Amino acid sequence: MSRRPALRRTALAGLAAVAVLAVSGCGDDSPAASAAGSGTTNLSGTVNVFAAASLTGSFTQLGKDFEKAHPGVKVTLNFAGSSALAQQINQGAPADVFASAAPKNMDQVTGINPPATFVRNTLEIAVPKGNPAGITGLKDFADKGKKIALCAVQVPCGAAAGQVFEASGITPEPDSLEQDVKAALTKVGLGEVDAALVYKTDVLSAKDEVEGIEFPEAAKAVNEYPIATLADAPNPDGAKAFVDYVLSVQGKAVLTAAGFEAP
Amino acid sequence: MLLLPALFGLAFLLVPLIGLLVRAPWSTLPSRLFSAEVWTALRLSLVCATAATVLCLLLGIPLAWLLARGALPGRGLIRALVTVPLVLPPVVGGVALLLVLGRRGLIGERLDLWFGFSLPFTIAGVIVAEAFVAMPFLVIAVEGALRAADPRYEEAAATLGAGRWLTFRRVTLPSIAPGVMAGAVLCWARALGEFGATITFAGNLPGRTTTMPLAVYLALETDPEVAVVLSLVLLLVSVVVLASLRERWIGGLR
Repeated sequence: MSRRPALRRTALAGLAAVAVLAVSGCGDDSPAASAAGSGTTNLSGTVNVFAAASLTGSFTQLGKDFEKAHPGVKVTLNFAGSSALAQQINQGAPADVFASAAPKNMDQVTGINPPATFVRNTLEIAVPKGNPAGITGLKDFADKGKKIALCAVQVPCGAAAGQVFEASGITPEPDSLEQDVKAALTKVGLGEVDAALVYKTDVLSAKDEVEGIEFPEAAKAVNEYPIATLADAPNPDGAKAFVDYVLSVQGKAVLTAAGFEAP
Repeated sequence: MLLLPALFGLAFLLVPLIGLLVRAPWSTLPSRLFSAEVWTALRLSLVCATAATVLCLLLGIPLAWLLARGALPGRGLIRALVTVPLVLPPVVGGVALLLVLGRRGLIGERLDLWFGFSLPFTIAGVIVAEAFVAMPFLVIAVEGALRAADPRYEEAAATLGAGRWLTFRRVTLPSIAPGVMAGAVLCWARALGEFGATITFAGNLPGRTTTMPLAVYLALETDPEVAVVLSLVLLLVSVVVLASLRERWIGGLR
């Protein structure tokens, strides 16, 4: 599988690690630093990345970029609600990297290396193009006459939505609790619901079908996304290199373009 | 020569179910079993599966009759089309239903416009999704029974002056009753276990559209033990229904 000497990769990995240290400046949780230490690794095989549904667009891009930077390495992506992914990993799914949309779901996984926060995301109201139901703000979510989709409480967007509603004293009247944020977004895109609470980045990713409405209470629940390698990753070197890549300048650029905020 | 793979086959089908029993949290089972969420989901599942089966009977028996007895061109093609939902991944069925019966769907848009009624996220939506996935089972079983039935009885009824409807009601239907029953049971069981089309088309809201399979899936992410308990209930219901019906009515399955 490994057809080339690791010279170029080593150089890249080193570059990435330096970039990470320079950008993030947080040396305490340092999977990046340790990766730089073992920088002579020969990358090959497949890297299995389990990522939160809200990362679908950006991680697909990052996976392609990573494969380009490391010829001979294949990135396999598995997107779902963070809680479903945590469950899969605990049941023995062969994951190398786990990127969760909330620390809570990261903590549910046993045998994980120290995670690093790589982005932040806030909620936004998504409505179908043209806003046919005339949604104006969070209070419309308490209107039984409106069709509303929320994320189920066990996935991060649902947990964040719960915090937002609690903070604002609104009791939502949802018509469906979706399994991950993309499922909620799809229901908006199809016009099946009048509104859903999704992430800002999801609204951006589907801007042809949906419109976003910002609301002040969103500041009450900002999700921090942790990423980590698995302790028993089938491909530990590949896992480290991928996490480093996500934390690198190039990785940050892709994530910022998708609307994520720096941690 | 055939015995060994046969035993493996049997073990393959049974061991996962035994695993469910082994891993069941027996000590906390009663308290978990009598929680409100389990009963809400179970009642909803039973009601929806039964309603879906009734819908399938009303539409499926005439369709099976058409396929078995009707002299229509392209019957083979129609039969193939009828069985498509059987092989189609249920999620795809759910997407298709959304695109047709959803609020902005081909037909759903009219329903919403004229009657202010939309199927997704309602109990009716669950029933439609289940019926869509389960109906082929009924149609195939009933068509098989119709083909096996001797058409001479119908002809005899006709010569005695019975109209088509009367013949169908008094001669054909009684003669295929075991086949209809078998088909209905299969259809009901399929509807009871339906997941993909339901969650896609009808969404998920406890008490309204969260059927047992959805509840199992959800519980697995929060409390795996509850998922096991729910699975056991579903297993028990299936076994009880299949066993009790088999003895009395389902001669056709033997």
